Amino acid sequence: MSDADEPMADPSHELADQDRPAAAEAPPLAGRIPRATGRTVPDAPEEIVINVADVAIYYGSFCAVGGLTVQFGRREITALIGPSGCGKSTALRAFNRMNDLIPGARLTGSVSYRGQDLYGPRVDPITVRRRIGMVFQKPNPFPKSIYDNVAYGPRVTGMKVPNMDDVVEEALTSAALWDEVKDKLRQHAFGLSGGQQQRLCIARTIAVRPDVVLMDEPCSALDPISTAKIEYMMTELADEYTIIIVTHNMQQAARISDRTAFFTTEVDDATGRRSGLMVEFDRTAKIFSTPSDQRTEDYISGKFG
Amino acid sequence: MAADPHDFDVSMATGIGWSSRRLREGLVRRVLMAAALLSVATTIGIVVALAVPTVQFFTRVSPVEFLTGTEWTPLFASPHFGVLPLVTATAVTTFWALLVALPLGLGCAAYLSEYAGRRTRKIFKPLLEILAGVPTVVYGFFALTFLTPLLRDIWILPGKGPQIYNALSAGLVMGIMIIPTVASLSEDAMSAVPDDLRAGARALGSTARQVTTRVTIPAALSGIIAATMLAVSRAVGETMIVAVAAGGTANLSLDPTEPMQTMTAFIAAAALGDQPTGSIGYQTLFAVGSLLFVITLIMNIVSIRLVRRYREVYE
Ligand SMILES: Nc1ncnc2c1ncn2[C@@H]1O[C@H](COP(=O)(O)OP(=O)(O)OP(=O)(O)O)[C@@H](O)[C@H]1O
Ligand SMILES: [Mg+2]
Repeated sequence: MSDADEPMADPSHELADQDRPAAAEAPPLAGRIPRATGRTVPDAPEEIVINVADVAIYYGSFCAVGGLTVQFGRREITALIGPSGCGKSTALRAFNRMNDLIPGARLTGSVSYRGQDLYGPRVDPITVRRRIGMVFQKPNPFPKSIYDNVAYGPRVTGMKVPNMDDVVEEALTSAALWDEVKDKLRQHAFGLSGGQQQRLCIARTIAVRPDVVLMDEPCSALDPISTAKIEYMMTELADEYTIIIVTHNMQQAARISDRTAFFTTEVDDATGRRSGLMVEFDRTAKIFSTPSDQRTEDYISGKFG
Repeated sequence: MAADPHDFDVSMATGIGWSSRRLREGLVRRVLMAAALLSVATTIGIVVALAVPTVQFFTRVSPVEFLTGTEWTPLFASPHFGVLPLVTATAVTTFWALLVALPLGLGCAAYLSEYAGRRTRKIFKPLLEILAGVPTVVYGFFALTFLTPLLRDIWILPGKGPQIYNALSAGLVMGIMIIPTVASLSEDAMSAVPDDLRAGARALGSTARQVTTRVTIPAALSGIIAATMLAVSRAVGETMIVAVAAGGTANLSLDPTEPMQTMTAFIAAAALGDQPTGSIGYQTLFAVGSLLFVITLIMNIVSIRLVRRYREVYE
């Protein structure tokens, strides 16, 4: 798969606010080569999609997470792991400006997306979210039909699609749900099982052809079989998308991710509150075999037994 | 068997105080059941009280004349019993009321649930509920002494403009009266939509407006329909405003600038006059009352159906 056909300065990655571009020129979703297991991960990402430099995120005066310095590589899966409350979700929401919706949330440091400051004055958060999609912990399909759930994004974003049926089919196929729902697209999404609902939410997210997909513990509410399906699907999606996933399940991080960022919590001396802190970011293989930080090692060995 | 842990429970249940507790429980149950029965019995009583004079009325006047006649002069020497002018008057005032109440009420609800901060909501909601408590006769005089003169002054549309008594002011003011009902109930329905859905929609690049129109309102549709139907019921049943501001002459017209008498206004006016029991005037009251009852009943049935059809269940 050649990277040369999509230069860094691809106009569809433009975030400025005038013309919210429909990502119509994104490559087709069908006919992908499944991600090979055990592939070698280069020391540093070849092409950085999101570059996070020395970021700290606050809720009011409380620093929820700090020390964030990460590079998210194109077509890589990066896992964010760490104990509860260490700010993984907070960090994830900063990458598509979902934190803007929380009153009092603010950020210091720099997050750039393909060379542009994600928090720059002319950047429209709506456009950001169309390029950087998000899947939530609890499946949250809209109270609409399966079809309308998937078509929602293309419709609201005014994406020019020659045929919505094709978009829906492609997205559902990529989310490994098509075969299960193709005969009941007009049925209500709430009739699906939890795992199916979550895959529907993933289909809904990729139907707008984002560049990056953020996932916040997408499998934590699901049974092992649904989890396995979604994991397999994610490795397939990584042929097209840059994926950042928060997970509590370290085996999951080890199985599917190329790189891992480990977070921990530390008591802030000034306030006495527990703040999150990013400790280490490296290739997943390295994090799980020879982490360079003692705290990472403790956490990983503790969890494994 | 002696070690059966259930023995313990059984001995508790048959212990001291058991019989007096059972008596008390039984008493409470009976009192509550009496309350439930009383309300059902009252409803049945009202239906019967309406039905008897209504049936007597229809032995004198054919239902066809009543329902299709276009002239309503039941108390004249040569009476006509066509109820259509009253029905259209009710429809006209209700229409104008809804034209005001639905957009403003829904807009208010959408603002409160989707845009306003918690503090604004905390101040606004009780204010709305106070507005809902203003006696309707006050609204009636507001329509007659403020809105009608205002409309007559600023009238720019073709035609003579509103008359002293007219359906337009009555309808519009009735709309204002209903706004809190629509707003408050719709706001409840919209606030009940889980935030998950809003976050999901925002994460797909929806604007705040798109979230409201494409996610929150459709998801809250069942409650919004219930609010709307309650608004319609209140408009159809509203008496004081139309009696004061819309006039007392039956008039088959769709022109809201004209005076017209609604079903409720007729009942109020006729009931104030002396209608000897058993007279045709007396029975007319009940016939119109029954019609009003049937219309409201049908509306309630339709609304229950609609509400069920659009109800979303979130776990
Ligand atoms: N909306 C908010 N307002 C204020 N504080 C918040 C908010 N959301 C999270 N926090 C705080 O920020 C810190 C980090 O929370 P966050 O949800 O990001 O952690 P997490 O790593 O995702 O935890 P978990 O694994 O339990 O999901 C916590 O101390 C939390 O209480
Ligand atoms: Mg979290």
